[in-house]
Amino acid sequence: MREIMYREALREAIDEEMQRNSDVFIIGEGIAERGGSYKVTEGLLAKYGARRVRDTPIAEAGMIGVGVGAAIAGARPIVEILYVDFAMLGMDMIVNQAAKFRLMTGGDGRVPFVMRTQGGAGGGVAAQHSQSLEALFYHIPGLKVVMPSAPADAKGLLKYALRQDDPVMFLEHKHLYMTKGPVPEGEHIVEFGKADIKRPGRDVTIIAWSNMVPRALEAAAALAEEGIEAEVVDPRTLVPLDTETILASVARTNRVVIVQEAVRRGGVASDIASIIQEEAFYELDAPIEIVAGLNIPIPFNLELEKASVPQKDDVIRAARRALHIQPTAIAAK
Amino acid sequence: MDEAVKRNAPSREFLEKIFRTAYRIRVFETEGIKLYRQGLIRGYFHPYLGQEGIATGVCAALREGDYIASTHRGHGHCIAWGADVKRMVAELLQKETGYCRGYGGSMHIADIGKGNLGANGIVGAGTPLGVGAALAAQIRGSDAVTVTFTTDGASNNGTFLESLNLAAIWNLNFILVIENNQYAVSTPIEEATRDADLYKRGLSIGVESHQVDGNDPLAVYHLTREAVETCRAGKGPVLIEAKTFRHMGHHVNDPGKYMPEERLAYYKARDPIDRARAALVEMSGVDKADIDAIEAEIAAEFAEAVDFAKESREVTAAEFRQFVAAY
Repeated sequence: MREIMYREALREAIDEEMQRNSDVFIIGEGIAERGGSYKVTEGLLAKYGARRVRDTPIAEAGMIGVGVGAAIAGARPIVEILYVDFAMLGMDMIVNQAAKFRLMTGGDGRVPFVMRTQGGAGGGVAAQHSQSLEALFYHIPGLKVVMPSAPADAKGLLKYALRQDDPVMFLEHKHLYMTKGPVPEGEHIVEFGKADIKRPGRDVTIIAWSNMVPRALEAAAALAEEGIEAEVVDPRTLVPLDTETILASVARTNRVVIVQEAVRRGGVASDIASIIQEEAFYELDAPIEIVAGLNIPIPFNLELEKASVPQKDDVIRAARRALHIQPTAIAAK
Repeated sequence: MDEAVKRNAPSREFLEKIFRTAYRIRVFETEGIKLYRQGLIRGYFHPYLGQEGIATGVCAALREGDYIASTHRGHGHCIAWGADVKRMVAELLQKETGYCRGYGGSMHIADIGKGNLGANGIVGAGTPLGVGAALAAQIRGSDAVTVTFTTDGASNNGTFLESLNLAAIWNLNFILVIENNQYAVSTPIEEATRDADLYKRGLSIGVESHQVDGNDPLAVYHLTREAVETCRAGKGPVLIEAKTFRHMGHHVNDPGKYMPEERLAYYKARDPIDRARAALVEMSGVDKADIDAIEAEIAAEFAEAVDFAKESREVTAAEFRQFVAAY
């Protein structure tokens, strides 16, 4: 299969869905002529025109709200927000409007609204441009939370997002845009709530999403050299969460490491851990390990930035702990 | 009365429609407050008493296929838009036959299929939502117009400028109606801004803007009609500031002691219902017996709606669990 970049896969999804449905449109800062800061929307203006591909002023609350309103009126907007950090300006529209509308209206009102944005550390862009904020959206009933780690998932999930009827927080990662992977051409749909086993293994389950998936895969490769076969499970969507696949993996390996880039406190990892202990306590042979960001704002300095979010070695150490392997035993090996 | 309105020689049918709408809102609010006092309605109830002329005049200038977005004080907008009073009362009484099956209540009545994007519990939220509906219409190549009813309180919220500006740069068919009732809960507009002539906010970003006596339903109607024509000609958006005053506090349980009596008396002497009734009598020769008959009919319609709501059932917890299973 051909290999394309994550950002190209996203573009392909938008392009195909705009082609397919004239109600799909996209607005954002610098997304039209300029093609977006991450080049996801390059070429769309030329192909679909200024009516359906629009630049906005710097007005996040307004543009998110306008997107939500257009969705309520039956269109299928994509609102691109440059950084998830900036989505905080539009939280009323996300939390109090988009997420609530269906229930408040007794089920008649639907909000097929997609907010595409990106988060994550590692770019040297400091505390206001590096956050991983999925837990905020995860906490709000009524929102779908999507975090693709691979180009094929990015395409399939975005296409699905544009065909369903609930507000979607589509959270990309700034470090994934240039990563390459096999992506099917044409119709390729990934439904929400279907986890993907990125690497099968029998010894320990590593649950990770977004940019923590490639990190978990690197850790798994290193663990394999020690004879440890880690299974890497990517939920792909945090809401809805595919607990079935997660629990089945836990039942096979009996040991769990959950990796999230976001800060530890109040995170999604803690919630997944609580689900596992509630549903599969007697399958566990070791305490669930959580590897997460520190409970701090992201610093600018490169080494300190690295120290603030999980690295490959943190995942490896957590897997060994889950397997009751003493650090000394590794050293002796 | 406005000379231009007289010259336009509106038909009896039209004047009667205006009076009926305004009076229907008055009855809904007056009788609704009684139901609230009886303990039949829970939560918040923000009466539209005194402001009926605005929803009445604005909605009369719109047509099927257009959209409205409303405020927390939304009963009047729904009624003027043609909502079924039965389903509205049922919603207030948290019944399954209500517009929101009893999940929304007073602040969330909506009828998406008919273009009512809903009341809203967050002050100012209807503005971006309305601009969004106008954007959706433009993208679909429709000439539908969207009206957002907003408030003087909301005019100091950031989304007011952000979304009106988006409507302006995109020439959307959008009309923003500021119902300036001069109080944000208990804070007078003079304390919340240096210039209380709120229509000027639109001028600052290149939006055609007007001020109108919100207690004069016909003046509101004529101004809105012009605004609608401006929009359908592709020259939107338009901002309308309609000055008015509440007849009581912010909600049913707010005595509104902060509202100066002389100002209240001034506006009550210019009551929108009285003016709609006078217009009907003076311009079409309807007599007192006809008026009495219309008023009795509307009162009976409300009583019927109360019976309907009382007889309706509530959604059960089991049904609700089924509804929310997808969350």
